Amino acid sequence: MILADIAKLIRSKNAGPFTVTFDIMFADLASYRRVKASGALNPAAFAKLYRCPVEKVRFFECENALAFKFSIPRPLPQGQLGDGDMHGGQQFIPLMSVEIP
Amino acid sequence: MANDQLLQIRFVSPIGSLGGGVDGPALDEALAHAPHFIACDAGTTDAGPFSLGMGTPAFPREAVKRDLSLILRAGRKANIPVIIGSAGTAGGDVHVDWVLEIAREIVCEHDLTLRTAVIYAEQEKAYLKRLLHENRILPLDPAPPISDSVIDGSARIVGMMGVEPLQQALSGEANFVLAGRCSDSALFAAIPLMRGFPPGLAWHAGKVSECGTLVCETLGKGVIFTTVSHDEITVRPYGHGLRCTPQSVAAHSLYENSDPYMHRECSGTFDLTNATFEAIDSVTVGIRGSEFIYQPYSVKLEGAALAGYQSIIVGGVRDPYIIQQLDSWLSSVRGYVDESVVRVLGDGADKSLYSLVFHTYGINAVMGGLEPVPNNLPHEVGIVLEATAPTQELAHKLAQLSRQPLLHYPIKEWIGSITAFACLHNPAVIDRGPVYRFNLNHVALPSTPFEMFRTHFIDLGGGSRSS
Repeated sequence: MILADIAKLIRSKNAGPFTVTFDIMFADLASYRRVKASGALNPAAFAKLYRCPVEKVRFFECENALAFKFSIPRPLPQGQLGDGDMHGGQQFIPLMSVEIP
Repeated sequence: MANDQLLQIRFVSPIGSLGGGVDGPALDEALAHAPHFIACDAGTTDAGPFSLGMGTPAFPREAVKRDLSLILRAGRKANIPVIIGSAGTAGGDVHVDWVLEIAREIVCEHDLTLRTAVIYAEQEKAYLKRLLHENRILPLDPAPPISDSVIDGSARIVGMMGVEPLQQALSGEANFVLAGRCSDSALFAAIPLMRGFPPGLAWHAGKVSECGTLVCETLGKGVIFTTVSHDEITVRPYGHGLRCTPQSVAAHSLYENSDPYMHRECSGTFDLTNATFEAIDSVTVGIRGSEFIYQPYSVKLEGAALAGYQSIIVGGVRDPYIIQQLDSWLSSVRGYVDESVVRVLGDGADKSLYSLVFHTYGINAVMGGLEPVPNNLPHEVGIVLEATAPTQELAHKLAQLSRQPLLHYPIKEWIGSITAFACLHNPAVIDRGPVYRFNLNHVALPSTPFEMFRTHFIDLGGGSRSS
């Protein structure tokens, strides 16, 4: 099964003009714990998916929100010439197909 | 606020962004529950650097006037203060004055009297350069480089104020505080902190309230009503079909924050690591355990600098021969444009002065280098050419010079003259005017919480005086 089938919402958004943040949210505790137990979401996997150094990846497990969160520096600051996603809202797609064993 | 021993303090967040469309009936419903104040955020960097750089608001004037009128009249009706922060989207002086002018109209039209405190947040360059030389400007991570010339080259720099200037204004008996760039949460935390409520709860209450009904399970029309006591926050919506759930409230602290637990403010950090969320009833959530750690005072800076003037061309390509070699074809188009620029415009238009960017919709325009499926070629590609240059005239000419090679640059698969680019418009070139970039991600360390901000008291609807 892939993450998109289990999560109720996967989203990305600017967290200020220089950071993009990713939220993976679940409808119930069982789904959250299943993904957590799988170990599929971790800074190293995220770094590989988003082609950035692992030390730049911040990762949070937020059980009370039934959510995981990643934050990384934006590849280009918001609105810099060449930036194609002003709000950072369409950067979550690679997370959708993470395999959850 | 008559009672000195308040057991709880109640407030209304009428909308996440002034101008977004306040729900009047829901606001009335919330007013019936005796709030002590109304606060509303009017700004964001979310839309990009243009508002800060150019000095223009992101919302139409009529939308801001409608919301502000509802909120100011509600405040007067209940005889409670109204606090508006980050006025006019970016919270620069010009943005504050724009909202102040709207407030003046509202006061006249509805015969209101408002003891108004206007707090300006724009920063003088000489002051910032002095701080920089005293090592009192520090980078956040990641931060662009800073120097005197970065400060001098900024179109506008604002400081994000904390609760202290707001509290000073309220102590001056203001019943309408109109602030420039301000921490969103501070708008709601200022009064609870003044009244001695625990800082962790006061700040967290601000955080969960500042986006309006975004804290609900599903966003909708309504207002947020928050109560802070000495050991608990309760948050609930008024509005049809809305509800807060423990998960929706906990999840709200994720939104647009890089860290869901630690939230830096001027005077310290509120720490939600030990916060607990429980359902009080079907629409209300109780929060406990939020903490606050005091730290050396710092004020976040936001700056925008002119990146140039821009002209664009919009169109598309359908020819599969071109699509399968789009990158190299566009490189050739770019090379041809660069040559034409030298040929036509001469040395005055050096390549280092301008930028040509092709956004290829259908092939990685949205995710760029992060695209996980780079090799799926579509049957059609949308192209936006952005030409950016130090003057609008040059940007326009660059775009004009790009049109012919986009239309006709040959490929080896076809023998003879081709027309490769489906232009959307005539004239093809659209001038976008000035474009800006964010040039600071830094904090300043002022010697007091007040020195970066200037407060003027104005009696709207009566005589006028300043201090």
